[in-house]
Amino acid sequence: MAKRRAVPAEAAPSPSRPIRVLIAKPGLDGHDRGAKVVARALRDAGMEVIYAGLRQTPEDIVEAAIEEDVDLIGLSILSGAHMVLFPRVMELLRRRKAHDIQVFAGGIIPDDDVPQLKKIGIRAVFGPGTSLETIVETARKLAGTRS
Amino acid sequence: MSSSVRAPPTSPKSGDPEPGEIWERVRKGDRRALGRLISDVEAGTPGSRELLRWIYGRTGRATVVGLSGPLGVGKSSLLNLLIRHLREHGRTVGVIAVDPSSPFTGGAVLGDRIRINRPAGDQGVFIRSMASRGHAGGVSQSTREVIRLLDAAGMDVILVETVGSGQSDVEIHELATTRVVILVPHLGDEVQSLKAGLYEIADVFVVNKADLPGADQATRYLVELSAMVPAGPDGWRPRVVQTSALQERGIADLWTAIEAHEEHLAQGPQGRDLRRHRLEREIQDLVRDRLTRDLREKLRPGRELSRLVDEVVERRLDPYTAADRAYAEIKHRRGD
Repeated sequence: MAKRRAVPAEAAPSPSRPIRVLIAKPGLDGHDRGAKVVARALRDAGMEVIYAGLRQTPEDIVEAAIEEDVDLIGLSILSGAHMVLFPRVMELLRRRKAHDIQVFAGGIIPDDDVPQLKKIGIRAVFGPGTSLETIVETARKLAGTRS
Repeated sequence: MSSSVRAPPTSPKSGDPEPGEIWERVRKGDRRALGRLISDVEAGTPGSRELLRWIYGRTGRATVVGLSGPLGVGKSSLLNLLIRHLREHGRTVGVIAVDPSSPFTGGAVLGDRIRINRPAGDQGVFIRSMASRGHAGGVSQSTREVIRLLDAAGMDVILVETVGSGQSDVEIHELATTRVVILVPHLGDEVQSLKAGLYEIADVFVVNKADLPGADQATRYLVELSAMVPAGPDGWRPRVVQTSALQERGIADLWTAIEAHEEHLAQGPQGRDLRRHRLEREIQDLVRDRLTRDLREKLRPGRELSRLVDEVVERRLDPYTAADRAYAEIKHRRGD
C-alpha cells in the first residue's frame, strides 16, 4: 500500500489540544448542582469537559478517564464517603498505569480529611465557597504538570 | 458485512518500528494506548498519520451506524439500549459521540456518557466523546480516522452519534454504512420535512418516545414519505421503526432494520460502489486540505498582501482585482 513517497509526507499542523477534564460524582449522593457549575466554568475557560454525572463507581470513573484520555479528573462528593471512594479511584488509576492523570476534588469534605487525601495523591480539594476562578486556575496548573 | 477487504499488514518502514509496537499494545487490549492514539489522531500528530497508514489494511470490517437527530430526541438513551442489545448478542461496540464546541471559547461539555450504563469491567465497549472543534483536518476527517482505529482494534459495530445539524454533522453522518435518523412525535408539521436536511440522509427512521401520543401519526407520515420519494441510487427505501427508550421497547426492531440495510448493501454492487465513492472523496479531501495548507503558507500576510489590502481599504482597488493579483503572484511562485 504505502508506496515510496515522491513527495515528503505532510506534517499536519497540531493545534494545541484543549485540556480535557472528566467531572464525575462517585457514590450515592444525588446532588450535582456544584459539579455542573464547575463543568460549565471549565467549559467557559476553553476546556473539553466530559460530564459523567451521578452515581459513578470508581471503576466507571477510571474507565471513562482512560477511554476519554483526559488530563484531569474532578470528583464531586457530598455523601461523606470520600475516604472510601477517593482512595479506590487513586488505587485503580495506579493499577491501570494512569496515575499521570491529575485528580482534584470538591464538595463537603472536612478539613481534617484533606491531608490524608493529599497524601494519596489528590492534588487539590475545593470546599464550599471556593471561587470558580480558583478552580479554573488550579485546573490549568494541574494540567500543565501532567507528564 | 464486507467480505474481505483485508490487505496483508504493511510492514512498518525499517528503522521505524513504532506503529507496529504501539498497535500490538492496542491489540492486546491496552485501552490506555487506544485512548491516547485517538487523541493523537485528533491532533493530527505525524506519528498518528504513520499509524493510520499502517492499520489501514486492517480496517473495513466493522458495521458503522450513524445516529443523528435533534437535541432531546433521546439519542443517548437509545445508544445505551443499543449497546446493551449488541453486547447481549456478543458483539463488541465502539462509540463516538460528537458534541458541539463553543465557537467563542473552544470549550465543550460532552455529556453523552451520563445515559450510558454498562456492566462493570466490560472490555467489549469503548466510548469516546469528541468535541466538534480543534481538529487538524476538520471533525469529519478526525471522526473517519477514529472509526478506523476502533475498527482495526476489533470493534464489530461502531456507533457514531451527532446532532445532525450543520454541514460537519451531515458529513459525519455520511461516514456510516447505515444512517439512522431519530425523531419524536410532534416535531413539526409535514412542511418541516420538506425542507432539506435530516430527512434526506436516512436509511432508517426511528420514532422514539413512541410511548407518547402522536407516535402513530408520526410513523405513518414517515412511512408515506419514504414511499413517496424515489428510492435512493442503491434502490433502498428508508424503513421506519418505533422505539421507546423509556419502556425499552423496539430496540431489537431497530437493530433488525439496520441489519436489513447492511444486508442490502452486501448483496448488490451498491455497498462496493458506496465504499469506492467515499474513498475517492476522502482522497480528494486529503489532497485539497494539503493544497489549502500550502496556499495558506504562501498567502501569509506579507508586505505584498499588506499593500493590496491598503489599496482596497482606500477603495483604489476592489477586492476581486486584489485577489486576482495575489492569485497570480502565488501561481507564479508555484512554478518551483
